[in-house]
Amino acid sequence: MDLDDEGSNFELKEIQTLSGHTDRVWSLAWNPATGTDDAQPVIASCSGDKTVRIWERSALTRSWDCKAVLEETHTRTVRSCTWSPSGKLLATASFDATTAIWENVGGDFQCVSTLEGHENEVKSVSWNASESLLATCSRDKTVWIWEVMPGNEFECASVLQGHTQDVKMVKWHPTMDILFSCSYDNTIKVWAEDDTGDWHCIQTIGESSNGHSSTVWAISFNAGGDKMVTCRKHLSTLSGYHDRTIFSVHWSREGIIASGAADDAIRFFVESKDSVVDGPSYRLLLKKEKAHDMDVNVVQWSPGENRVMASASDDGTIKIWELATSSN
Amino acid sequence: MVSGLINANPVVYEKKERRQRPASIPDADEYSAEAIDQLEVFDHVRDIKDPEHPYSLEELKVISEDAIEVDDRRSYVSCFRVTFTPTVEHCSMATVIGLCLRVKLMRSLPSRYKVDIRVAPGTHATEAAVNKQLNDKERIAAALENPNLVDMVDECLAPSYA
Repeated sequence: MDLDDEGSNFELKEIQTLSGHTDRVWSLAWNPATGTDDAQPVIASCSGDKTVRIWERSALTRSWDCKAVLEETHTRTVRSCTWSPSGKLLATASFDATTAIWENVGGDFQCVSTLEGHENEVKSVSWNASESLLATCSRDKTVWIWEVMPGNEFECASVLQGHTQDVKMVKWHPTMDILFSCSYDNTIKVWAEDDTGDWHCIQTIGESSNGHSSTVWAISFNAGGDKMVTCRKHLSTLSGYHDRTIFSVHWSREGIIASGAADDAIRFFVESKDSVVDGPSYRLLLKKEKAHDMDVNVVQWSPGENRVMASASDDGTIKIWELATSSN
Repeated sequence: MVSGLINANPVVYEKKERRQRPASIPDADEYSAEAIDQLEVFDHVRDIKDPEHPYSLEELKVISEDAIEVDDRRSYVSCFRVTFTPTVEHCSMATVIGLCLRVKLMRSLPSRYKVDIRVAPGTHATEAAVNKQLNDKERIAAALENPNLVDMVDECLAPSYA
């Protein structure tokens, strides 16, 4: 397989640039139910311009167009957006302290629910695998767990306290109902439910042993859910590759880790064949300098197509890429 | 706010002599091949008014030309590091001053420049906490959505646009 072949030449081909947002694009999400033979790929993006945009690739022209602009709902920056696993609902988290839930009703996106409760900016939102739970986190240092009820009702199941600072991101484990949160307090916390239905912190992953203490911005799991990559100023175990803040990291089904950082670059890493005794090591597969004109805030692999990826930036654009092997 | 000033009697210094700025302002040209140097960055910030006193950051020696460093280790990304010195160790205005520096440079430099801001080591009681906030892009973005804070920053920046 070419990933193992250290002699393979990879290049990141730019497929298209999606413009439209009038401020930085903080995040994006591929709709998991699309990108198959029947359904053209769909991406949601969110921005400092307070809107969410829905983009779809045309079956005919293979070109991406903006299908909808979800506006006049959030009153401040929309920081994060994520589709439910079935692709039917979209959750958007905003600095206006609310999380909105949207549903595609006959081609029209409608806000069907607004989750209130956080005291200030909501930074991230995540659905669990079975779509029964939603988690949100905020600068108010808490993580909230919401139960998804019939009729688009959401009930707060728990308010998790423990982080001592701003919580930047929440992410459910890909298969288990275990929640991970990462914070400005430099730690990652792991939360699980006990037999009596109470949620509590079962583990805190602290600062790395090499003394680098910094905010943890994001985490991503591999396909099997047995490995996790985290990003701070350095990618854990990949120290020295980025030296400006890494904002986003995403592990593809195939095992390629993509990262986006404040040096405007996108990097790809794979497990190295020369694994050391106490665990695998990773090597840099490719670095794309100036992937964007400004900071790269998010990188996300397509759930459907192989080695297709999207990124978004402070420059207000989203770019669609293909990681291709260059024939030599 | 006559009483309760953090530093009621700041030391005021003489301003450094200014060089003439060229007729066309390079910051408007995104694709200017000319690199921006420390003095140019200093020119953008020297006249920012201190939040508490009617003096500029240069006059109070909060900021000086030497305190601006170019980090040119990497060819593909241009960085500046701006170090400022609060007038007193427990200055609660430190984050506001840092925010003023960040906003002015954001508005004045081409977007390809990265700026790191820090307090001069050893000059502030909560140095690490201040530095962390000033360099957290997300926190800065949220702060700049606070109209009261933006008004305060704009008031400090007004004299620096000449």
